[in-house]
Amino acid sequence: MTTIVDVADLTKTYGSGHQALKSVSLAIQTGEILALLGPNGAGKTTLISIICGIVTPTSGRVRVAGHDIQSNFRAARAVVGLVPQEITLEPFETVQNTVRFSRGLFGKPNDPVLIEKVLRSLSLWDKRKAQIKELSGGMKRRVLIAKALSHEPRVLFLDEPTAGVDVELRKDMWAVVEGLRAQGVTIILTTHYIEEAEAIADRVGIISKGEILLVEDKATLMARMGRKEMIIELQSPIDKVPEALGAYALTRASAGEALTYTYDTQKGRTGITRLLSDISAAGLVVRDVQTRQNSLEEIFVDLVKDDT
Amino acid sequence: MNLQGILAIYRFEMARTFRTPAQSIVSPVISTVLYFVVFGAAIGGRIEQVDGVSYGAFIVPGLIMLSVLTQSISNASFGIYFPKFIGTIYELLSAPISYYEIVIGYVGAAATKSLMIGVIILATAGLFVPLEIAHPIWMITFLVLTCVSFSLLGFIIGIISNNFEQLQLVPLLVITPLVFLGGSFYSVSMLPPAWQTVTFFNPVLYLISGFRWSFYEVSDVDVGLSLLAISVFLVICMTVTWWIFKTGYKIKS
Repeated sequence: MTTIVDVADLTKTYGSGHQALKSVSLAIQTGEILALLGPNGAGKTTLISIICGIVTPTSGRVRVAGHDIQSNFRAARAVVGLVPQEITLEPFETVQNTVRFSRGLFGKPNDPVLIEKVLRSLSLWDKRKAQIKELSGGMKRRVLIAKALSHEPRVLFLDEPTAGVDVELRKDMWAVVEGLRAQGVTIILTTHYIEEAEAIADRVGIISKGEILLVEDKATLMARMGRKEMIIELQSPIDKVPEALGAYALTRASAGEALTYTYDTQKGRTGITRLLSDISAAGLVVRDVQTRQNSLEEIFVDLVKDDT
Repeated sequence: MNLQGILAIYRFEMARTFRTPAQSIVSPVISTVLYFVVFGAAIGGRIEQVDGVSYGAFIVPGLIMLSVLTQSISNASFGIYFPKFIGTIYELLSAPISYYEIVIGYVGAAATKSLMIGVIILATAGLFVPLEIAHPIWMITFLVLTCVSFSLLGFIIGIISNNFEQLQLVPLLVITPLVFLGGSFYSVSMLPPAWQTVTFFNPVLYLISGFRWSFYEVSDVDVGLSLLAISVFLVICMTVTWWIFKTGYKIKS
């Protein structure tokens, strides 16, 4: 795996004094789909805007495909496509012209065949001669994507592509993303929706208050989600876990009034039956048992909460 | 150099003109015809020649300048203000295109539009008064320099403006008075001496005077001075534009 976007020690303090990014480092791999999750105001859009050249960083360095985004901005930007969060389009332009404009702006000669392919893939071909203002919100979002795809980016940033979008369009977008991945395009999307990250991302990054708290393979996160915790409340508190139960990696909780056992639901044997009989053999009296599952949402909420 | 990018901006801007021909082309022509009817026919009939030129013909260069200045500013300022206003400027900033290329695209399109309008007004004027152009090359030079420098000024105004009102402020409150008081409709020698002195502080006087010289070889100020004035103005506008992009003022946070 090679790194296509390399962000190192990036900080951004706006003129208002608001520190949007605090020393963010991130390596995005070629061909992956990375989902950046984070609450409003976490710095997702600032991060994307700096990489794309819309916002000037306060300090730090970004390289795209090996090119520094400031000293070699032409080479860096030529491979990057951006679909912004807000719908920003010239209302009186036609779909076709605005998409053609984007391609030209990125220094590429007009290519009617490619433009047709892009418009068809987004179900915009029939609307190509329509003015933007005649389109519905969902259609406008498709036009934004078509503009970004018109110049054949190798890295595509989707800033909240499915915010306020109906279920059908969301599924369509996921299909488009899947198709782009098949072509080897690296995709970074920001989202509020955890299901979205679960559905399409290879890796998930969690960002809050200008810091990246975690970047992990989705598989690793899913494995973490597959784990469950069993909390065994005891009749009387204990000072330490009895040696007879050493094999279970139990932890004491609630000042010794409970034991926590972590197990993997994906495994054939969870070891619960044996643990319970060993507990009673060790002379402990169980008052109550409860289990709980880690979800990505929970991991997310925990991380973000710890940060506050 | 991103030639495709410059062309894309240029075409996009020109397409806007041709989408709204009534506003872009017909209205300046109609206002010129009105000026001719009022000043040329109604008042001109009572005024003898000015500096050896019939009054109707005398006002042609000033009328062209009036339209070219206001059109250059409004075209260029709107051209860059609109993307800023609706947010599409994100695309310009994220594209592999340098600032001077963006300026060439927008200012080039705005200058082309006002040049077209200037030529159309000249042709319209030819229907009312006999035209003679003593120095066609100098005439074109003055016209092009004016279109380019005032489009640059318009570009700067478009970037600085925070709303549509500010966009209109400079053309309405600064440029139009300067053009009217800069000898569009009269020769400075017709004014009392005190006002003559005041008029010489009006930069637009030098433009109109030089431009009129290229038609009739009559001028209020030396033609070399006119050329110097417009060149200095162009350099000032280029410097301000360069500074705006260098600092990202009002464009980039």
